[in-house]
Amino acid sequence: MELSGSEIIIQFLKDEGVEHLFGYPGGAVLHIYDALHKQNDIKHILVRHEQGAAHAADGYARATGKPGVCLVTSGPGATNAITGIATAFMDSVPLVVITGQVPSHAIGSDAFQEVDAVGISRPCVKHNFLVKDLNKLAETLKKAFYIATTGRPGPVVIDIPKDITAPHIKIPYEYPKQVKIRSYNPNLKGHPRQIKRAVELLLSAKRPMIYSGGGVIMDGASQELRDFVHHLGYPITQTLMGLGAFPGTDPQFIGLLGMHGTYESNMAMHDCDVLIAIGARFDDRITGVPSKFCPYAQIIHIDIDPASISKTITADIPIVGGAKQVLTEMLKILVNSDQPIDKSATEDWWNKIKSWQKQNSFAYDKKEGVIQPQTVIEELYQVTGGEAYITSDVGQHQMFAAQFYHFDEPRRWINSGGLGTMGFGLPAAMGVKIAFPDKDVACVTGEGSIQMCMQELSTCLQYDVPVKIINLNNRYLGMVRQWQEFFYEKRYSHVYMDALPDFVKLSEAYGHVGIKVEDPNDLHDAMKEAFELKDRTVFLDIITDQEANVYPMISAGKAHNEMELSPLQQKIQASLKTSGEIA
Amino acid sequence: MRHIVSLLVENEAGALSRISGLFSARGYNIESLTVATTEDPTLSRMTIITTGSDRIIEQITKQLNKLVDVVKLQDFTEGNFIEREMMFVKVRAVGDDQRAEIKRLSDIFRARIIDVTDTTFCIELTGSGDKLEAYIRAMHEKNVIEVVRSGSMGILRGERALTI
Ligand SMILES: Cc1ncc(C[n+]2csc(CCOP(=O)(O)OP(=O)(O)O)c2C)c(N)n1
Ligand SMILES: [Mg+2]
Repeated sequence: MELSGSEIIIQFLKDEGVEHLFGYPGGAVLHIYDALHKQNDIKHILVRHEQGAAHAADGYARATGKPGVCLVTSGPGATNAITGIATAFMDSVPLVVITGQVPSHAIGSDAFQEVDAVGISRPCVKHNFLVKDLNKLAETLKKAFYIATTGRPGPVVIDIPKDITAPHIKIPYEYPKQVKIRSYNPNLKGHPRQIKRAVELLLSAKRPMIYSGGGVIMDGASQELRDFVHHLGYPITQTLMGLGAFPGTDPQFIGLLGMHGTYESNMAMHDCDVLIAIGARFDDRITGVPSKFCPYAQIIHIDIDPASISKTITADIPIVGGAKQVLTEMLKILVNSDQPIDKSATEDWWNKIKSWQKQNSFAYDKKEGVIQPQTVIEELYQVTGGEAYITSDVGQHQMFAAQFYHFDEPRRWINSGGLGTMGFGLPAAMGVKIAFPDKDVACVTGEGSIQMCMQELSTCLQYDVPVKIINLNNRYLGMVRQWQEFFYEKRYSHVYMDALPDFVKLSEAYGHVGIKVEDPNDLHDAMKEAFELKDRTVFLDIITDQEANVYPMISAGKAHNEMELSPLQQKIQASLKTSGEIA
Repeated sequence: MRHIVSLLVENEAGALSRISGLFSARGYNIESLTVATTEDPTLSRMTIITTGSDRIIEQITKQLNKLVDVVKLQDFTEGNFIEREMMFVKVRAVGDDQRAEIKRLSDIFRARIIDVTDTTFCIELTGSGDKLEAYIRAMHEKNVIEVVRSGSMGILRGERALTI
């Protein structure tokens, strides 16, 4: 089969099983768009901003586990996509981004719409390529998908000069079923001796803790994690990225970990004697100051990326390998061991954790007459039966969503944890909904974040992608305001959102349904209505308590057992102390 | 501590910037970096001299290994290896006495004079960094016109080799 470069790209994507392409055309990719026009297998979603393309592909990838694919033009197309690429990079999401480039002969001449896309993207991709030879195009595409999806996944950029895609130059094409890259051989299998040592240490624990992260979800190891944790009977906490790998409603799950995690998770983290980290990277939002982190624990760390191990926290037993394989091996040893799990050995530990749980560290003041952001998420959880795909933007609303929506399944909670990219939520929700048209998909956002990629409402209409937007409208860049309240004596510097648009009218202008909710009594019905309008995008503009804060909180420099509680939570603690229920 | 890390890298455009970019992005020190193609034209050999605590050096080698272009890597520091650097020095050499003195000094260091004019010598010298520095010190500072150093390269002693 003789094909042009453009036709090779399209045919390759089909052969690779790609169904959706998120993109935006321009001069350098005109040939590719022409080839796209002549076929019907690959559905192209025309976004309204290239950042949206990258986030939508990212949401699609996180929800499905398949790589997300983008196509953007050179210059501004490529630079616009960078935020989305960096977002995917920080959260290890498999993305393949094809950027058009000026013709080969013009590279380096400051040609119209020329940027060094390979250079600009280098620090925020897993790998990137500039295609210089048409004969290497198919192989390069295959390498890109292979690198993006294997090992620790991540985005790969392929920069393709316009002449490579010219319609009149045709070469034979055959789908490269396999590639070998001699310098790239991710190791999935953990070292057997290390695995054995880890199991022995785990069984010797008096105060064990399991800490799992996004790597478990990325590796498709949720079932293995569940079996492992249930077999051991140990408490588990999950990171922001890990939620849903282990069921949020399972009694062994003691809640979110880290800066805004539960009291019991953070206390247990501080006091544990053996910690096993699985597919988590000891991010600073988890560890706080490394010197005060888990002072009594021996640490087992399972990660597919050797560079993540002992980067910030030294592991006593490092295991380089995929979560799925390593957990399977560990469970095998545990099941076959003649040493049964001694549940009584950890009884005291569980009792201690149960006493911490009495703290009810997500308790909040249900003030009269004003909607609390936490209540909105509780409603959302109830109305969707806990089964929706929830994407989020970045800020207080993100933390409330993580705290109050209990994810029982992996890939349902989709947020920008590593880069913390405002603007992620809506395009990501679009990507998820395109992958799963029959599922409920909601984007939890704030009036600040939503305005960063608002334009994608137009895409939602064009492609009939009915997502629900849950806007926690506190008229503040709330998370920043919270820090200014705590650490800058309430000097609210440039965090008040004045002159906000009328979100209801704006949604209507985009052809969608807008509903404003101010009265707490209307919240439930409005939420129900939004989800009953199955085939419409609904924007719920919910006016929430302006100065609500996210609690509990570990401030900079503090240890896990030095969480700050809200006034209400402090009252609970005081009465528990009086009654002797906690120390 | 000072470490000498040797790498085999895909001989591809961009590989060098990936590696130097890694050092600048993560704030690692880089004392010198040398690179050239090997007998296999698809591979480049690189020697990097870097400094840092054990923890940082461990991160450096892991992060380098993670780069798709890096085929193989070894930290030579603990092992038995040879390190050499090459230097050109252009010195002012006027008058018989001074010219004789420079020649004598160069002989001691096994340096070679590779270019001569009425007023200058250009000298080539190979050795460890210390030796090169000692030579420059021995030359009177005011006589030194120009110094060009290659940066170190390293190779393992004996049978052991960094190959694929
Ligand atoms: C692109 C980007 N710019 C700036 C920030 C810093 N930032 C973090 S949270 C936040 C406020 C978000 O406000 P809003 O979306 O209204 O959410 P809220 O915290 O009020 O719930 C800001 C500005 C960011 N995370 N991303
Ligand atoms: Mg806000």
